[in-house]
Amino acid sequence: MKTVGTSPESLQRGLRTAFLIGVALLLAGCSTEDWPVLLPDGPIAREERELLFAAVGLMLLVVLPVYILAIIVLTRYRASSNNPNYRPEWQSNRVDAIVWAGPAIIVVAIGTLVWDYTHRLDPYLAVEPDKTPLRVEAIAQDWKWLFIYPEQNVAVVNELVIPTGQPVSIRITSDTVMNSLYVAGLAGQIYAMAGMQTRLNLIANDEDTYIGRNMQYSGTGFADQQFRVKVVPPAGFESWLDIVRASPDALDGQTYAELARPSQKVPVKYYSSAEPNLFDSIIEKYSGQPAERRTAQLDAYAGEFICETPSGRGSL
Amino acid sequence: MLGKLTFDALPFYSAIAFGGAMAEVLAGVAVIGFVLWLGKVRYLWTEWLTSVDHKRIGIMYVVLALVMLMRGFADAIMMRAQQAMAANNEGYLPPEHFDQVFSSHGTIMIFFMAMPFLSGLMNFVVPQQVGARDVAFPFMNSVSLWLTAAGAGLVLVSLVIGKFSTAGWTGYPPYSGIEYNPGVGVDYWLWAVILSGIGTTMTGINFVVTILKRRAPGMTLMRMPLFTWTALVTSVLIVFAFPAITVVGGQLVLDRYLGFHFFTNDGGGNMMNYINLIWIWGHPEVYILILPAFGIFSEVVATFSRKRLFGYDSLVYATAVIGLLSFSVWLHHFFTMGSSADVNAFFGITTMIIAVPTGVKVYDWLLTMYAGRIELRVPMLWTVGFLVTFVIGGMTGVALALPPVDYLMHNTTFLIAHFHNMLIPGALFGYFAGYTYWFPKAFGFRLDETWGVRAFWFWIVGFYLAFMPLYVLGFMGMPRRMEHYDVGAWQPWLIVAAIGACSILVGIGCLITQLYVSIRDREVLADRTGDPWGGRTLEWMTASPPAPYNFARIPQVHDRDELIWRKEHPAEADKDDVASEIELPENTAAGVVIGVIAGVFGFAMVWHIWWLAILSLLIALATVVARSFGDDEELELSSDEVAALEARGSGPLLGY
Repeated sequence: MKTVGTSPESLQRGLRTAFLIGVALLLAGCSTEDWPVLLPDGPIAREERELLFAAVGLMLLVVLPVYILAIIVLTRYRASSNNPNYRPEWQSNRVDAIVWAGPAIIVVAIGTLVWDYTHRLDPYLAVEPDKTPLRVEAIAQDWKWLFIYPEQNVAVVNELVIPTGQPVSIRITSDTVMNSLYVAGLAGQIYAMAGMQTRLNLIANDEDTYIGRNMQYSGTGFADQQFRVKVVPPAGFESWLDIVRASPDALDGQTYAELARPSQKVPVKYYSSAEPNLFDSIIEKYSGQPAERRTAQLDAYAGEFICETPSGRGSL
Repeated sequence: MLGKLTFDALPFYSAIAFGGAMAEVLAGVAVIGFVLWLGKVRYLWTEWLTSVDHKRIGIMYVVLALVMLMRGFADAIMMRAQQAMAANNEGYLPPEHFDQVFSSHGTIMIFFMAMPFLSGLMNFVVPQQVGARDVAFPFMNSVSLWLTAAGAGLVLVSLVIGKFSTAGWTGYPPYSGIEYNPGVGVDYWLWAVILSGIGTTMTGINFVVTILKRRAPGMTLMRMPLFTWTALVTSVLIVFAFPAITVVGGQLVLDRYLGFHFFTNDGGGNMMNYINLIWIWGHPEVYILILPAFGIFSEVVATFSRKRLFGYDSLVYATAVIGLLSFSVWLHHFFTMGSSADVNAFFGITTMIIAVPTGVKVYDWLLTMYAGRIELRVPMLWTVGFLVTFVIGGMTGVALALPPVDYLMHNTTFLIAHFHNMLIPGALFGYFAGYTYWFPKAFGFRLDETWGVRAFWFWIVGFYLAFMPLYVLGFMGMPRRMEHYDVGAWQPWLIVAAIGACSILVGIGCLITQLYVSIRDREVLADRTGDPWGGRTLEWMTASPPAPYNFARIPQVHDRDELIWRKEHPAEADKDDVASEIELPENTAAGVVIGVIAGVFGFAMVWHIWWLAILSLLIALATVVARSFGDDEELELSSDEVAALEARGSGPLLGY
């Protein structure tokens, strides 16, 4: 369950306030829309950013003294000032010990935060697991994204529509080179790799529109490989599904093959139905064997390392 | 007969590419013409290209680095110009050209600017700092230089004949595989990296042995100057890390040339293995680049604060700890590949731990300045500029080391800003400090101070203008490597970044002017003592420029700051120095021949000209074998010759 809890909250609150004041000054007049990373709307992205603020705040405890010391030595100890306190042999074990201890303590503090946040914000973890998630399958192609809604049996190119308040669980793979799926403002990014599956869980509570992108450079069409993410109320989601279902196009094997060819600036496209198990078949196309066997083999030579196959991720 | 090579390989596909190629060809012709006009071809060959003197090899490395800096910077300013314009339009560079530009920028700056720069400084300084007459393996040293030059040559040639890679400087498959990239670009990148990587590995071996075996009597490990310590750790890192990139490059070669499936999407290949291997090299590589600069800062800060280095032991241990830890953090380059939270958190924490010894270093340098008498000469300016700028990069580095934050920032311009924030102040400013600091030792006159100060200010202001906006753009979610974009709010920041690049351009102009003015005024700037800065270590004991053998008598070392000790104990300073026969390795053409042939081999492989590849490989092998049969390649100097060289003293360009 992803909630803010165990971390030193009062410290965080103070730091957060200080930062937000600074940020507000910096961004006065700008809309949050332009700052999806710094001022995210999505609860997941917001927690991820919170860790950034906390860590920067802690680090300033080590970094600010650097500037203070730099100003002191550069004003006081210039040769031109002929300072009388010149001590060419000066050494101090005590000062040296402080110099090691200071950064070490800060790193222990941030390290504790990181262990906690990394586990709570594991993109593979279900968000609000007591709710039924909306399942989505994302396939990266040159240079567009295909989203399949397996339970609704529809598919969409370059548009992701999700209802407010319902967790979304995305399985991701690639039918080309490595891509990275990122909806700035909602959640973090994760790679898409052929023959393998990665996962991303997110939730959006407010109606809004975001831009999703491929972040991993993938060739000539890379710059235009983006899509809209629309967060709509549950009722709006149902009516959107009706529009998709009304599309005359169906995503069968042949349509898919045509779609998968490299193309740029691809407009939004709806498919009223999608071939069953299309997502798994794309993975199997590259892994050359049924998904279950692929898992066993990956586990054998990679342990729990890095990736997941359709039937799940191993553990350390 | 010519493999895939046809007239289509010439860059007529784009006016800009053609212009770039012409500029490069003309520059090459101009250099050759200048040497001919001076009538110095023979001199260049006998005194430089075939030299195995570590000082001359070092100088040639630095020349290579400065030339490649120009080329890499040309790429940089093209990118900044493209991104400053291309809001809601295509800018002036088509994607396939822009993609070559960012790939060659990264490749050149890492492999052919930073690596030769640090190899050059290590070559020039380390034997002198440890009181040796040369490196352990002078001939291998020459081969290292020429293999690096061969790699650089291949990158330069790719601008004129064919195209360069579009896969970025790390060449991630499957994009860099034959299926998605059938052209010659990735092959150019691969052979350039593999050839120079072999050269660098040999440099690493050479310096580990030199530092461990060739130190003057009395110089215990804990009496070594800090620059030598960082050179040692860097060399150890090179020896362990560079084989990884050679192997992974070789595997990609097998994938591309012989249909192997190491990293392909299908056939059992797995790109994740490549990404792990390249970063098992790539992360230590960052410290390979930065540690010698840390060594330079340590020397400069002590010299210009007129103080013994604060916390020498701490600085040594911090260097060694950074070296060890650098092998334990590679996964932070791909937190977003789907590792479990345990794995990501582990590598996040190991990464942050590196901030501890690095922070210690920053404080120790400041504490060295504390209670000192600081002279803000040009090397010291670079050092102070580094200190105040580098800590920002350190903070953003720790930020990126937090996996949940990295999910947000990975692949954005924030990452670009971060690593430039490490490598420009952290490595390049250090190299510039070293270049200014040791220039009088190399040539017998100092560099002009005024132009040095100007260069510094244009560089540092340019740095802030060029990279702080990229941090901001990272917060705005802008991906790296965008050829164009449709978010209008990004453009003002990108324009500021382009202005920053222009300021750096002026900074480079100042460095060139500085060189010209200094050569012109060399009599005014002459160093007649061999110790222009009041140095603390052995290299300042010799004449400037030093005799080919550095030390007529091998110094007996008594103290960490040996030269300061000698200044304080004039009576006993050199009474224990050891006279020994002076033997110098004779010049050999084998190194330059191997380098040129290796370049031809790489070119033949790129274009699938198999007969030429086999022939060049055979010639290279024959050269190595032939060279290994000669055993009297040493030149013994008579005492008269030594006396004459010793009487020469210090001054501009003596001995050149």
